[in-house]
Amino acid sequence: MGNIGRRLLRNIISEQAAAVLLIIPSLVAVGVFVYGFIGWSAVVSVSEWDTVRPDYTFVGLDNFRDLFHNFRFQIDIRNTVVFTVLFVGSCLVIGFVLASLLDRHIVGEGLFRSIYLFPMAVSFIVTGVVWRWLLAPRAGVNILSSKIGAPSLGYGWYTDPSVTYIHADSRLGEALHTIGLGFFADPNFGLPLAMISVVIAATWQMSGFVMVMYLAGLRAIPEELRDAARVDGASEMQILRNISLPLLRPVTLSAIIILGHQSLKIFDLVISMTRRGPGFATDVPALFMFETTFQGNHFSHGAGISIVMLVAVSVLVIPYLFWSLRREARL
Amino acid sequence: MTIRWSRIAIYAVLILFALIYLMPIYVLLVTGFKSFGEVRLDQMWDLPSGFHYDSFREAYWALDSNLANSFKMVIPATIFSCMLGSINGYVLTKWRFPGSDVLFFLLLYGMFIPYQSVLIPLVKTLQMLHVYGSLWGLVVTHVVYGIPITTLIFRNYYANIPTELVEAAKIDGASIFGIYRRIVFPLSLPGFVVVAIWQFTSIWNDFLFAVTVTSNPAIQPATVALNNMAGSFIVEWNVQMAGALIAALPTLVVYIVLGRFFVRGLMAGALSSS
Repeated sequence: MGNIGRRLLRNIISEQAAAVLLIIPSLVAVGVFVYGFIGWSAVVSVSEWDTVRPDYTFVGLDNFRDLFHNFRFQIDIRNTVVFTVLFVGSCLVIGFVLASLLDRHIVGEGLFRSIYLFPMAVSFIVTGVVWRWLLAPRAGVNILSSKIGAPSLGYGWYTDPSVTYIHADSRLGEALHTIGLGFFADPNFGLPLAMISVVIAATWQMSGFVMVMYLAGLRAIPEELRDAARVDGASEMQILRNISLPLLRPVTLSAIIILGHQSLKIFDLVISMTRRGPGFATDVPALFMFETTFQGNHFSHGAGISIVMLVAVSVLVIPYLFWSLRREARL
Repeated sequence: MTIRWSRIAIYAVLILFALIYLMPIYVLLVTGFKSFGEVRLDQMWDLPSGFHYDSFREAYWALDSNLANSFKMVIPATIFSCMLGSINGYVLTKWRFPGSDVLFFLLLYGMFIPYQSVLIPLVKTLQMLHVYGSLWGLVVTHVVYGIPITTLIFRNYYANIPTELVEAAKIDGASIFGIYRRIVFPLSLPGFVVVAIWQFTSIWNDFLFAVTVTSNPAIQPATVALNNMAGSFIVEWNVQMAGALIAALPTLVVYIVLGRFFVRGLMAGALSSS
């Protein structure tokens, strides 16, 4: 008996070793292509490599200093913040509204769901091409109103170079100044109007994803819970606010992280729809990185931008990874 | 009566949103089917006078070799991705070893990084391996960066195969390959479908890797060619619209036919357990 047991154990151990061997190619590939390459990029970002010819002379953080003093990069940071807030916000609101409406025993629910979600199957390039024409100043949405007899809208959409910001001499600007936040009354903290066009296209593409997540979350809430509240005389709005929304908090968090990390690296949509935009109004770090590196051959600065992007995404994603793996382990 | 009205309002909102979501498809279709003479920006919303295929024909002529490139890249990459994902998911659920959770965490992180942070080394490495600028370079790239998501989807999927089944086979002396072949693989079809659809869609739709790894227009995938077409001032906008529809068609067809598997991949990618 003991002999058989030992043989079995030896057998299982050798099979276990085979299991590790099976996964090693993938681990090595990811180790090199993700972690090794990130390290390599980091080395490039602190080097002097600013032409076609590689030059790994160490220059410390000079490239990052250049970047944060660079006008275009400063605008990119503003644009990314504006885009992220508007894009994530509108996806959450639209996705939640659609999900909570679809959760009410809708005839044709499957069809509605498929329609709201299909843009996700399409590439950002296609989305960009289509919405560039839909939001062209003398076409698309602007002339849609004239179809019902109303005058055409005169929006410039992504051709509008203006930035809406709090003027320092306005009442709000002065109020900010008195509480020591006067620097907010500045175009650098403003809203580039052209960016709204990109937000619309991105929301068209991604809000269905939030809808699906919220719908799955709503379906996971036991119906008895809501029925009990109904018996107690709660209105649908009260149930939504006091029962559903708090229970959906994990879904909201997931959606914010997934959309947020995507908006930090948005590239395809911008390049096919607007590129830099008027006065860099729709420029983003990924586009700046691409042009700096592969068109300008300023490799060290390009690597610097990519490292800044990586840090921004990691701040968002790493705690989320911990959180969701720990949550999964508890389940 | 009040309940009735609220029901009508709900349907009205849902239909209104559906129309907004479909609006780009409407414009793509009516523009694509117009004759060149009819195409005018201020008549964007008007129906075509009949089915004219000129725009589609011209867009197809411009994109056909690139569409072929996309297929040549996406099919092998999807197959390799499925195989790797399945093996990894199997090992990480049924043959867990000390540290496997940490490794899984490290794998997952690779799914979220901005790929900009690996682009320069990637280009240099592919050049050293002499696959830069080739479709095989792109296949390798997509397979490697697809490992995290494919492993994740298969891991979630295999977690639902009872471990007792596998343990019993282990006691019976079945080898790791035997268990995979006789127990795990036969149950894997839905997992393979989810991963294949996910990889097919995301590789087909990828632009960043395609544009950095392939600079020669003759071997560029459809997304890059479409973007070049849209950025050109020579190509009429109706041809651009027709091109956009053609480039989107393969993934749209997959979505229409196998949408529910697409949704499963989507949920897995968000690390959402529900």
